[in-house]
Amino acid sequence: MRTFENQVQLVKYEVLKEVARLTFQDQLEALYVRIPNVVNPGPEPRFRCCIHHERAVTKERIKMAMGGTPAIPGVVEVLDAACDQCPVSRYKVTESCRGCLAHRCQAACPVGAIQVLQGKAMIDESKCVECGRCQSACPYNAIVDTLRPCMKACPVEALSINAQKKAVIDYKKCIQCGACVYNCPFGAIQDKSEIVPIIRKLMAARQPGAPQVYAVIAPAFASQFNYANLGQIITGIKRLGFRDVVEAALGADLVAVHEAGELLSHLEHHRYMTSSCCPAFVDFIHKKHPQVLENVSGTVSPMIAASKLIKAVDPAAVTVFIGPCIAKKAEKALPELAGITDYVMTFEELISLLDAREIRLEELPESPMNNASYYGRIFAGAGGLSKAVVATALKLTPASDVKVVAVAGDGIKACDKLLKLAKANRLEGNFIEGMACEGGCIKGPVALHHGAKDLKALEAYAKLALEEDAIAATRIFDDVEIALGRKLEKRVG
Amino acid sequence: MIIQVCIGSACHLKGSYKVIQTLKGLIEAEGLEDQVILKSSFCLGACSGAVSIQVDENPVEPLHPEEVIRFFENRVKGVTQREIHRV
Repeated sequence: MRTFENQVQLVKYEVLKEVARLTFQDQLEALYVRIPNVVNPGPEPRFRCCIHHERAVTKERIKMAMGGTPAIPGVVEVLDAACDQCPVSRYKVTESCRGCLAHRCQAACPVGAIQVLQGKAMIDESKCVECGRCQSACPYNAIVDTLRPCMKACPVEALSINAQKKAVIDYKKCIQCGACVYNCPFGAIQDKSEIVPIIRKLMAARQPGAPQVYAVIAPAFASQFNYANLGQIITGIKRLGFRDVVEAALGADLVAVHEAGELLSHLEHHRYMTSSCCPAFVDFIHKKHPQVLENVSGTVSPMIAASKLIKAVDPAAVTVFIGPCIAKKAEKALPELAGITDYVMTFEELISLLDAREIRLEELPESPMNNASYYGRIFAGAGGLSKAVVATALKLTPASDVKVVAVAGDGIKACDKLLKLAKANRLEGNFIEGMACEGGCIKGPVALHHGAKDLKALEAYAKLALEEDAIAATRIFDDVEIALGRKLEKRVG
Repeated sequence: MIIQVCIGSACHLKGSYKVIQTLKGLIEAEGLEDQVILKSSFCLGACSGAVSIQVDENPVEPLHPEEVIRFFENRVKGVTQREIHRV
């Protein structure tokens, strides 16, 4: 049985499913206005203050499911009706304040913002600088940090609060990692969806001679569907109308071989190189550490490599990446990569399509999927990418004098630290793996699951691989010409 | 003549790579590179038999990796040479 991680995931899913259902029936334009009444039939509200508020939020989710606001440059948007206007002031004294004699909070405050009135500590918000010292000083834990979850989650301080107390994203700072989408408890930040054009391409592909649609599935899928086995998921995706399902891990194998070769030659003239698979990490470098751009790998991501592979075999192909990632939606639209991966769909969106077609994965026969190697598959977990690149580099030049030492940046904060060390010439290694999501892609913001068993499921899927390593998995494509390099230039604006 | 060999997962497991390598070797050995184009393809929709191949617009057929030589002798070599004679 499918379970939802929380009700945010559920309400998002309900809307996506209705939009998908109407699109499959070719009735979206005529009937989408009715979706709020289907999803929120009323008369009682389920979560919010009243049914009208719920329907207003649903309307905004429908808009996102249908592609969002074109004028907004990012792939994530704040839904104004859904944003609950969380507290603006950060530190609050709670009822646990016992009105003690020591007043450690007051002594700790560097700006004199705390007064004790009638036996209780009070924070003067006009003076408070949000340093948090009072909170750590209080022996009763009576002071709480009410920093907005979206702001707390954002690793690049792209979120702020406007005069109406609503969250606002600064797209000049945003790296599209999706941490705010996953962390907002009200589901008020959502990713733009492409399910409508994807479904239309799938429908069109039924006509003889029409371009065929191919799915590129991220290795993280191994930990997503605990109610169905991997072979059933592949069958399910094919039943949606995809001609074939290709492992993004196979693209990762191509990347491992290309990137390992690139690394060995890069190290002849440079101290270190970073990975380039994670688009949020690459964007982070563009925005925060543009000085190190010359050390970023010029190899494309596994998603792009797999899509290029498909188009090399079938030039008319329409490629759809299915994964746990929001940043991939931005990556595929970058000017230097546009037109390679045509659409990006999340696992959340995938289940809405399957359910709209009433495809029950657990009842389907299994299809095989086994082209990629162990190494291509472990890219999805933190540390996996570097393990693959190191192993491939060793295999390419076993007698090389250059010893590849990888350091894994697990999450943007860890990446930031490593990049700073690298700038200061104090990096203990020569290959940086950069992953925006802590734990790697399997912990992506639009993964269906964020559980302790995810890594085990990924490892189990990786071990099923028949191909020994990345070189063996990609030998079949020796004759297929695919350019895996890309030019990284300073982005303007 | 265009020969498409499926490299989808089911066929990959049954030996697409071997089929492609053997065919490529035979085509080169016979010097037929100009007349026979060998292409890979994704799922050809006939996953139950041996490796799926498709010759020109003919129906998809299964080809076992061990039978590639016989297939080549009967279906490729003779046919392409006949085509040459006609020219």
